[in-house]
Amino acid sequence: MHPAYSVILFTTASGAGYGLLALLGLVGINHGQASSLAFGLVSMVIALGLITVGLLSSTFHLGHPERAWRALTQWRTSWLSREGVAAVFTYIPALLFGLVWSGLIDAPQWIAPLGAITAVMAMVTVFTTGMIYASLRTVRAWNQPLTVPVYLAFGLATGAALLAAIASVFGRFQGFLAGATIVLLVIALLLKVLYWRAVDTAPRTHTIEKATGLGRIGLVSQWEVPHTSANYVQTEMGYAVARKHARKLRSITLLLLAAAVLLMLLALIAPFIAILAAVASLAAAVTERWLFFAEAQHVSTLFYGEKAA
Amino acid sequence: MTSLPPPSKTKLGLVIDLDICVGCQACATSCKEWNTQGYSAPLNDTSAYGANPTGVWLNRIHGYEVKEPGQAQSRIVHFPRSCLHCEEPACVTVCPTGASYKRAEDGIVLVNPETCIGCKLCSWACPYGAREYDASHGVMKKCTLCVDRIYNDNLEPEDRKPACVKACPVGARHYGDLGDANSAVSKLVAERGGYDLFPEMGYKPVNKYLPPRPRRDATTNKPAALPKPDGSAFDRLFAWADKLLSGKDGASTSSTLEG
Repeated sequence: MHPAYSVILFTTASGAGYGLLALLGLVGINHGQASSLAFGLVSMVIALGLITVGLLSSTFHLGHPERAWRALTQWRTSWLSREGVAAVFTYIPALLFGLVWSGLIDAPQWIAPLGAITAVMAMVTVFTTGMIYASLRTVRAWNQPLTVPVYLAFGLATGAALLAAIASVFGRFQGFLAGATIVLLVIALLLKVLYWRAVDTAPRTHTIEKATGLGRIGLVSQWEVPHTSANYVQTEMGYAVARKHARKLRSITLLLLAAAVLLMLLALIAPFIAILAAVASLAAAVTERWLFFAEAQHVSTLFYGEKAA
Repeated sequence: MTSLPPPSKTKLGLVIDLDICVGCQACATSCKEWNTQGYSAPLNDTSAYGANPTGVWLNRIHGYEVKEPGQAQSRIVHFPRSCLHCEEPACVTVCPTGASYKRAEDGIVLVNPETCIGCKLCSWACPYGAREYDASHGVMKKCTLCVDRIYNDNLEPEDRKPACVKACPVGARHYGDLGDANSAVSKLVAERGGYDLFPEMGYKPVNKYLPPRPRRDATTNKPAALPKPDGSAFDRLFAWADKLLSGKDGASTSSTLEG
C-alpha cells in the first residue's frame, strides 16, 4: 500500500497526542490538580496540539478537504467515520479536563471524572483508527488481531515518553514515570515483533488463480497488462519501494525503541535525557507506521500479476 | 447512506464470456468514451500525449497466460475487469460520507461525485481493483453499469445497454438481471458454469464470468493431431517432389512434421 505522508503523520502524531491525553487523565485521577498551571497548560497544549495537527494533516490527502465534515455522518457502518466522530467528541471532555486540571477553573471534584472520560475517549479514538485498517479483508497484514493492539501500544508508549520529557522540563520527572514509559515501550516492541511474526508466517492463501478464477483450468501468470503506463490501482495498492528495505527498516524500528528504553533509564540520572527518549520513540513510531503501509500487500495486486497475497 | 439496502430482487449486472473475448479493447474504449461525458464525467487523462500518460478507466482488459496440465502450449485468456456490483460491497460500508452507495432498486453501486471527499478508503476495501481515483476531480470513479444509458428514454430501446456490451464485436459481454433465475443471463450462467471472482473474499459479486471451454486437441501442437501421409498416389507424388526439391540433405517435410 502506498504510504501517504499525511496519513503517517496523522496516525503517529495523533496517536502520541491521544496517548499523552489518556495518561494526563490518569495523572489527574491519581494526583488531582496539576503541580503548576504552566505544566498543566503546556502538557494539554502539546497533547491537543499533536491531535489537532494530526487531524488537519489527515485532511491533506483528501480530494475535497472542504467536504470533510461529511465524514462524521456514516458512523453506523464506517470505522473511518467512527474515528472522526470519536476524535471530535474527545475534544469536549479533554478541553474541560484541561481547564479544571490545570487550575484555570477551580473545580477539583471534576478532575477525576473528566480525566476518566478523557482517557477512555482518547483510547477509543485510537482504537477506531486501528479498526479502519484491521477491518479491511483486502489486506492480510492488517486484517489480524494484533493491528489494533499495536496502534494502542504505540500511542501510549510515545505519549508516555512525551509526558516524561515534559515532566523533565518542569522538574517533575519521577522514577515511576520512567518505569511506566519503559514498560509501555517494551510492550509496543514485543507486540510489533509478534505482529511481524504473524504477518511473515501467515499462509498466503490468496492466489492469482483464485482471484481470476482461472485456477480451474491451470496455472496463471500475467501476459498482458491493461494499460500503457502504471495506473492508480498499481501505484496506490502496489507500492514496493520500502518492501525492498523492509528488513533494515524493521531493525531500525526496534533499535529506536531499544534506544528510547535506554535513554529513559539514563534519564533517571539526568532527567533531560527523557527528551531524547521521546524523540527516539516518535522516530520509531514513524518508521513503524511507514512500514505498516509499505509492507502491506493488497489482494487487487493479484490481478496485476502478483502470485499470492 | 452507506448502510446497505435490503437485498434487491433485481440484480443488474454483466456476464463476461472468457471463452470468446478476443481482447480487442473495444469495450474499454467505448466505456471511456461514454463515461467521459456521462455520470460523474469527465474521466480524465493526465499527460495524455506526454511521456507517461495516465488516466482513469472503469474497465480494464488483462491478458493472462494459463498453463493447463498436460498441455505443451499455454493458453491466453483475455480478461475484462470492472466493478462487479457486489451484493455485500465493503466499498460502500467503509465510506465515511455516504457518497458510495448501493441502489435499493437494482443493486447498482455508485459514487456520488457531489459528496465524495476523495479519501480513497473504498478503493482499499475493493479486492477487485475496480475503483480508480480521479486526482484532477478529487473524487473516486467506478463503473456505473451505464446507469445513464440503461434508463435513458432518449435512447432507442435496443441502445439501453451498457456501452461496453453494445461495443463488443464478438458478443462476449451480456447484460441483464441476475436476480431473475429465468433471465437470459441467468440461464447462460447456469448453462456454462458461470462463476464469481474471488468468492473467498465474501462480497458476493453480481457480475459473473463464463470459463473458457475445454480446448480441442486440434488446436494443440501435438504431432498426433496433425494429418499423416496415408500412402496414396498423391502422397507418393509429394514425397517424390519433396525429395527432388530438398536436394542432397533430403530433409523430408513430412518426417519433420511427424518427428
